Amino acid sequence: MNMVVIMKQTFDTEEKITIENGQIVKDNVGSIMNPYDEYAVEEAVKLKEEHGGEVTVITVGPPEAESALRTALAMGADKAVLIENEDQPLDEYSIAKVLTAAINNREYDIILGGNMSVDNGASQVGPRIAEELEIPHVATITKLEIDGESVKAERDAEGDVEIIESTLPILVTAQQGLNEPRYPSLPGIMKAKKKSLERLAIEDLNVTEDDLQSKSKAVDHYLPPAKATGRILEGGLPAQVEELVHILHEETKIV
Amino acid sequence: MTKVLVLAEAKNGKLRNVSFEVLTVAGCIASDGEITACVFGSDAEKYSEEIAKYGAQKVYVVNNKELNEYTPDGYKQALLKVIDEVQPQVVLTGHTSIGKDVFPRVAARLNAGLISDCTDVQTGKGIVFTRPIYSGKAFQKKKITEGLVMATIRPNNIEAVENEVAGETIKLPVEIKDLRTVVKEVVKKAAAKVDLSEAKVIVSGGRGVKSSKGFIPLQELADVLGGAVGASRAACDAEYCDYSLQIGQTGKVVTPDLYIACGISGAIQHLAGMSSSKVIVAINKDPEANIFHVADYGIVGDLFEVVPLLTKEFKKVLAEKQAVSI
Repeated sequence: MNMVVIMKQTFDTEEKITIENGQIVKDNVGSIMNPYDEYAVEEAVKLKEEHGGEVTVITVGPPEAESALRTALAMGADKAVLIENEDQPLDEYSIAKVLTAAINNREYDIILGGNMSVDNGASQVGPRIAEELEIPHVATITKLEIDGESVKAERDAEGDVEIIESTLPILVTAQQGLNEPRYPSLPGIMKAKKKSLERLAIEDLNVTEDDLQSKSKAVDHYLPPAKATGRILEGGLPAQVEELVHILHEETKIV
Repeated sequence: MTKVLVLAEAKNGKLRNVSFEVLTVAGCIASDGEITACVFGSDAEKYSEEIAKYGAQKVYVVNNKELNEYTPDGYKQALLKVIDEVQPQVVLTGHTSIGKDVFPRVAARLNAGLISDCTDVQTGKGIVFTRPIYSGKAFQKKKITEGLVMATIRPNNIEAVENEVAGETIKLPVEIKDLRTVVKEVVKKAAAKVDLSEAKVIVSGGRGVKSSKGFIPLQELADVLGGAVGASRAACDAEYCDYSLQIGQTGKVVTPDLYIACGISGAIQHLAGMSSSKVIVAINKDPEANIFHVADYGIVGDLFEVVPLLTKEFKKVLAEKQAVSI
């Protein structure tokens, strides 16, 4: 069975965001593999351990995105593909077109990805690729079982769990709770350095001008307004509680 | 004249509040144009009157039992048919587990742009949507540059405003076929009595809750306030509660009217998921805890003492309020 994982490098979740001239500052920012993609890589590697086959991880991004791919290789993926794009602003429409073109000429039974990226947070690219490839998808899964061609997944639907059945080929997106992503071991990291990492330019792929013409455009970025300093209540606990309830009930009228 | 189409959504036999919020957004965008809504499933027709209360002049009802459970294929087929019929310039829905699932597929099919998870919209110089990025650490303004405008609206951010019109209900038969995913069963989780993403009040616990039992007083407080219980990643990792409750950069981003953080230190990832809440209350033993920097009101103390006291006090004032209103 062959697994393709679509992934993305994102800012480390510890990072604060800085904005200059309406743009997010990307210099000197620590990067990690998008946390939801870690679940996808882990699940793909588990499927390989169970069913055999090969795991290919693919990303579109700047040359530095190599480090996220190397992490995936160290976790047990076999091959990585980096579609280099530094300057061209691509929205979800175009990214999905590019990734689809990269997946199209490969053999796959299942495509996995995170259910969203923690930076852009749109949750679009997975389902878009499924539509482009004309395969079904199940998003935000917390459990996956594959038996022959049949697929059984549990999907987190705002707290409820939907038990979904389908067949291969399929695209799934990972939700937390799907598994516990392994830490790359030292031998894993050493091996990852020798694994195949293919670098492609967007022009190498079968995409048209139209595909690369984003349909949406960010016109501004800004930080949320700073919060006024809050108030630490004082006095005995019962008095503090009474005051807090009074504030919430009478003043802010929220309760 | 802008024609706006809204996909409305019902859950457990009731229209979701987010659908009214989306209709309100549709009203801002359409201005003198036309608002059309659609709703799917065997009992879809019963919702059309309520949808018209929020400004939809036409409500397309796709009454098909294949749409009683959400599947991407079923909803996609129905929505494509409605779009074909209505020919809107703008298509909106809630950024819910259905909206964020089916809209990207439909957008891909139509080669359209889609702006996800919007919290505000401005009209005038085109339609500009505001959306949080980096889980709320920053905001982005975004617009569609070409073709159909599609967007999903985050629940709980825009106040639904009634605008009753004489709505016309149109039954639209759609053949739903070749469903490639089948919902075998839906397991309702007891913890999800009130949906986190739409809850007006969230009582959230962190490592300080100490055990799964430690969440009981938090649930009691949430129940009194008609709210939901959430958690920090630390509490989920320690297996005090299910990951479906996690709030933060990995996890859910929430914007309730009131967020009560109990025993949560306030890691930057957690703050990203809740700092847009309207009022934040922090309860923590450690006066230096980072959570106090975003809190509007803080109580330095043991949550196991403070939370039951809060529950008792809220019960008292809410009972008084009820007595007065009778």
